[in-house]
Amino acid sequence: MKRLINQEPNRVARWLLGLLPFLLLLALYVGASNARLAENPNDKLLPSFDSFGSAIERLAFEPSRRTGEYLFWQDTLSSLQRLGIGVALSASFALAFGVLTGAIPYVRANLSPLMTAVSLVPPMAILPILFIVFGLGELAKVMLIIIGIAPFLCRDLQQRVMEIPDEQLIKAQTLGASSWQIIQRVILPQILPRLITSVRLSLGSAWLFLIAAEAIASTDGLGYRIFLVRRYLSMDVILPYVVWITILAFFIDLLLRLLSRRCFPWFHAQTGNN
Amino acid sequence: MSYIKIDKLWKRYGDTVVLEDLNKTVERGEFITIVGASGCGKTTFLKMLLGTESPTGGAILLDGIPLVAEPSEERGIVFQRYSVFPHMTALENVMLSLEFEQSPLLARLFGGARKKARQTAKDMLEAVGLEQALHKYPHELSGGMQQRLAIAQSLIKQPRILLLDEPFGALDPGIRKDMHELVLKLWRELNLTVFMITHDIQEGFYLGTRLWVFDKERIDPHAPEAYGAKITYDLPVGQTDDALLQRIDQSLNQTEQKKETLHHGQ
Repeated sequence: MKRLINQEPNRVARWLLGLLPFLLLLALYVGASNARLAENPNDKLLPSFDSFGSAIERLAFEPSRRTGEYLFWQDTLSSLQRLGIGVALSASFALAFGVLTGAIPYVRANLSPLMTAVSLVPPMAILPILFIVFGLGELAKVMLIIIGIAPFLCRDLQQRVMEIPDEQLIKAQTLGASSWQIIQRVILPQILPRLITSVRLSLGSAWLFLIAAEAIASTDGLGYRIFLVRRYLSMDVILPYVVWITILAFFIDLLLRLLSRRCFPWFHAQTGNN
Repeated sequence: MSYIKIDKLWKRYGDTVVLEDLNKTVERGEFITIVGASGCGKTTFLKMLLGTESPTGGAILLDGIPLVAEPSEERGIVFQRYSVFPHMTALENVMLSLEFEQSPLLARLFGGARKKARQTAKDMLEAVGLEQALHKYPHELSGGMQQRLAIAQSLIKQPRILLLDEPFGALDPGIRKDMHELVLKLWRELNLTVFMITHDIQEGFYLGTRLWVFDKERIDPHAPEAYGAKITYDLPVGQTDDALLQRIDQSLNQTEQKKETLHHGQ
């Protein structure tokens, strides 16, 4: 008998083992839900799958009686738009910041301490300031995402740039490169896949800040809807929304991973990660 | 006037003397191999030639002019590792210096200029035996092929000095032999001036025209950092017998041992 640490499950076993906790959780829910509903058919806490179905149908496939919109899709679109703009702006800013501070000691000495200080400010604590300064519109929500994740991305990318082996920078200099040329041909292309990795890591926080901003001041969005229907204890809406957000997060992560593997095969071969 | 003049060269870090009072001249086309115990300043010396370290005293003169204290096109380098760019194919790696030279702003060439640079790079890759691997990324190449690529990348600039920092240290013995043939061939054909650090004293005797041994002549047990290393042997290669080789080997081992005991004593 081999040691436990040397035993690997085969493909089928791996799938089954991975699936098992999900099925158990599902069974647990159905059992508990049925028990509660048997006692009180109007129970709202653990709705049956039928009520999930009708809630989804009402929100996703029937126009809202008040506005004529399909609320579910409208919410999804608004949230993804905010998330996309916030993450894209943060990533672009962090890329510029990371490359400049990582490559140029004078810029690093000048800006790095400030970024460290900024990254220590809890973003939620300055949310009221954002609403005061930027109003209650889209800008404040996008700004919260940016303030929430950009400092982390900046510091991470600076670190990644500084991890590029000195040998490569010296080599480029012996090949006659100027600082600008080194940034362009040696640093920037090598930092792009690392940017994708950092963005993937920061997406969890990005969702957190998005939902927080939507919960407090918004008229649509996935976070807004969840916090709105909380008043009526509408678990039949909240739970499908949470599952939907999880699915979206999963696919965004998957998309970024595939993009990185496709565009930067050398990076994944080099680091051995996938 | 000699090609390279090492003039009263000193290197100290605080109270620690690494190199003391080196004086040598090197002519164009010489192939100098450098051996020595670890911590005897070989790498520091190479870094001063390269420009990433500057001398505490004295200077290294190339054609009578002190070397600039940052890496430049005059000096090519091949490190033991990380010498090539992982995000470029072999061909792109070699073309890169031509693009740096001809396109200051974009560092990229287009059209006819690109075609010409490609051809030059191809010829260079053929000269080091990599014509089969033009479009492969470094991670798809073996250790020996990566070092071939690093050499091609450096030589396309026709550097006035080629520095090799234990370039074959991580390679298998058989591959190392092929690399020796390659380096000797290129050195003869292109009339290079080469400085090469090696751990392997046999390699040193086989490859160069001149062998330098870096060693500490004196070690004060109470202040082991008080004396730096010097070049204790400067031998023309090809005229040495086994007895001398053994003597050098022994003296290097002694230095290592002395250092070890000092470390343990502390």
